[in-house]
Amino acid sequence: MRRPSARTLAALAATALALPALAGCSGEPAGLTIYSGRNENLVAPLIDKLEEHLGTTVDVRYGGSAELSAQLLEEGDETEAGLFLSQDAGALGALSADGRLAALPPATLDKVAPDYRGSAGDWVGVSGRVRIIAYDSEKVTTPPDSVHDLVRPEWKGRVGYAPANASFQAFVTGMRVLEGDEATRTWLKALKANSPKAYESNLNVLDAVDSGEVSLGLLNHYYWYEKAAEKGADELRAKVHYLPEGDPGGLVNVAGVGLLKGADKQQSAYARKAADFLLSAESQRYFAEETKEYPLAAGVEQAEGVPPLDSLQPPRIDLGRLDSLKATLAMLQDVGMV
Amino acid sequence: MTTPDSPVRKRAPRPGAAPLPAGRRRAAIRPPRPLLLTACLAGALAVLPLGYLAVRALERGPAFAWDVIADERTGSLLLRSLGLAAVVVAACLVLGVSLAWLTVRTALPGVRVWSVLVTLPLAVPSYVAAFTWLSAAPWLVGFTGAALAMTLVSFPYVYLPVAAALRGIDPAQEEVSRSLGHGAVRTFARVVLPQLRPAAAGGGLLVALYVLSDFGAVSLMRYDTFTRGIYTSYRASFDRTPAAALSAVLVVMTVALVAAEARTRGRAGHSRAGRGTARPAAPLALGRLRLPALAWCGTVVTAAVGFPLGVLGYWLAVGSSATWEPALLSDTALTTLGVAAAGAALTTALALPVGVIAARHRGRTAHLLEQAAYAGHALPGITVALALVFFAVRYARPLYQEPPLLVCAYAVLFLPVAVAATRAAVLQAPPVLEDVARSLGRSPLRVLREVTVPLAAPGVAAGAVLTFVVCMKELPATLLLRPTGMDTLATRLWTETGAGSFAAAAPYAAALILLAAVPSYLLGRHRT
Repeated sequence: MRRPSARTLAALAATALALPALAGCSGEPAGLTIYSGRNENLVAPLIDKLEEHLGTTVDVRYGGSAELSAQLLEEGDETEAGLFLSQDAGALGALSADGRLAALPPATLDKVAPDYRGSAGDWVGVSGRVRIIAYDSEKVTTPPDSVHDLVRPEWKGRVGYAPANASFQAFVTGMRVLEGDEATRTWLKALKANSPKAYESNLNVLDAVDSGEVSLGLLNHYYWYEKAAEKGADELRAKVHYLPEGDPGGLVNVAGVGLLKGADKQQSAYARKAADFLLSAESQRYFAEETKEYPLAAGVEQAEGVPPLDSLQPPRIDLGRLDSLKATLAMLQDVGMV
Repeated sequence: MTTPDSPVRKRAPRPGAAPLPAGRRRAAIRPPRPLLLTACLAGALAVLPLGYLAVRALERGPAFAWDVIADERTGSLLLRSLGLAAVVVAACLVLGVSLAWLTVRTALPGVRVWSVLVTLPLAVPSYVAAFTWLSAAPWLVGFTGAALAMTLVSFPYVYLPVAAALRGIDPAQEEVSRSLGHGAVRTFARVVLPQLRPAAAGGGLLVALYVLSDFGAVSLMRYDTFTRGIYTSYRASFDRTPAAALSAVLVVMTVALVAAEARTRGRAGHSRAGRGTARPAAPLALGRLRLPALAWCGTVVTAAVGFPLGVLGYWLAVGSSATWEPALLSDTALTTLGVAAAGAALTTALALPVGVIAARHRGRTAHLLEQAAYAGHALPGITVALALVFFAVRYARPLYQEPPLLVCAYAVLFLPVAVAATRAAVLQAPPVLEDVARSLGRSPLRVLREVTVPLAAPGVAAGAVLTFVVCMKELPATLLLRPTGMDTLATRLWTETGAGSFAAAAPYAAALILLAAVPSYLLGRHRT
């Protein structure tokens, strides 16, 4: 039998520690480091173009938006990141509230409508998404026009939703801002009493509607359009219904970017350019086509088949207030949804 | 230090009844200083996350933290977590012990293959297990599904140490039992089982802590647990304070569980009575039980490994997102092997002194060290990762987001895995041999190097393999601490499933499982 002595073990540990360290030392430091809460498969092609545009290397750390924002909060001024690309407004709002984000130049901010940027001028939306009701077209002919209708007896046990999902919680926060805490709590209780089915993600909700497991589902618009692009719109049992008249169920949320305060001058300059690049026609078209999200700048139109944003009647709301998720969470816990 | 060990020990082959005083007297022998220092270093590293939790949980005052903890939901979530842990541990004990016995002690056909196959489930990330089962049987959602997925990925935590222990047991005791008229079953229950208790209890503890810390499977199965509550706190409120306060509760829970396990571990003497090296037991002929035994192994392996691989294969076949990038896959696999091997090496090196002290020098120090090693093990990966971010940016900035820090994170996360294996292995080595070496004038460190470690080597190696495999599939800490731009198989898997491209994810999951087979196979070959 081989005898691993203490010395061998120590040597092994030392080598083991040193090897990856050496491997990691290759390559020059990047001009810009981005923390991205958006998926690599989606963002990577855009990053290649960004590198070309900036003429420097761009390193990207991918992770969940909430996890990365917690990491950025822990890192403080020591962060290596120059830019944070977030999946939703809430994570940007949390960083903004903690004073971690640097002000964006007015020229950058003005590329996007005031509704879709941070009220402190330190983050800006790059693409938008709309909450919709997906319905099973084989069982439902007239889907409800308001989330308030979902608490009616006819929908008992027939609604699918993703209560732990950030988009659903952003919607509830929006409802609190629009209609007040009491009304929202009453609605949540009534919805819970109507036995909705909880799923982990928006995609699961859509699949459940499409298979007829539930008749209605609360989710973001682009999941349906992506699935339709993959399978063909006619193949889907699930159809999309946009909520009219500023119903809170039709909230528009955004993915956005913010510049980090800890970055040095050179990196900050690159980060500002990168923010502008993400709002350029090229990037905006990319988001519209690849994710079926709404472009927010440069006059780019949404993907074919997706109704224009200004034809919808989403509720008007300060997206910066969507970071006040804590009270929402307490409410959801109180009602027993999460 | 030079006191020869009690002669009582030598004559204490009665399992389950070896005298406590022997243990007490052992405590009088102080561990050699270098051993103690390394062990303290390991302990200090392991309690780093607790320091972070204290800072974060109390940053808005103790009253705020107490309000978070005192919430009525805390108690109910804790009960749900503990309930799940209890069921999974019980199931893992049944699976682990039965499979260990079949693969080590019986003439099971294809025993070499089986003994590799039954370790592979460890390489299946819990969320992959949950996801594949859920896609095939949506009705599993909830407690049943969570318990099933967790059991299937974590029973090797019990299997590996128990199998190692079985190999180390002196068959002479069983032969004596049989010659005195006990049957095979009775002999197993009266003679073998008590000797397996430390290994099984150690494995069971790891399973319990793993269940407490898991987020992937329970969230997919929509079974609310304490850890899921902590994640929700990060994700929905972007607030680290309540998450830290809740995490502190998990630490208290862990300390209680470790203490309970130490109690069940009991006072048994675990070493061989005989002299010299272990003589392998003659394999038991299974007779009519051969087919049922094969069916049992087959069912478990199919459910735990075959099924997820099958579902992944199906996705690969039907999915539109299938992209075959061999270069990227092999690069990622190499990186994964590198960091996981480094993680396993460091963890094992740090665990060795802790395990030896825990086994040989029972006493307050040993108890504290062991508690320290385990304390953070039930914490969710995200909390441990944030703790290391916190300390690294302040005190080790040059290491931040470099491979050594990631490797240290693995050591913090998985130290107990290696400690449990080491301790069980050392416990089985007869202390009398150490006494002899000492009496012949060997220094304590030489005794350790020339007697204890070689005797415990198979168990320590099994622990290293275990650590290696769990390092490979680690996700939350890897995401935060990896060098920017570095990918492991687990992070690629996360990226692909996050984008909904399950077919593209399949090769990474498959590679993870296949790579885990290599060390298991080598370990199995070395043994004979």
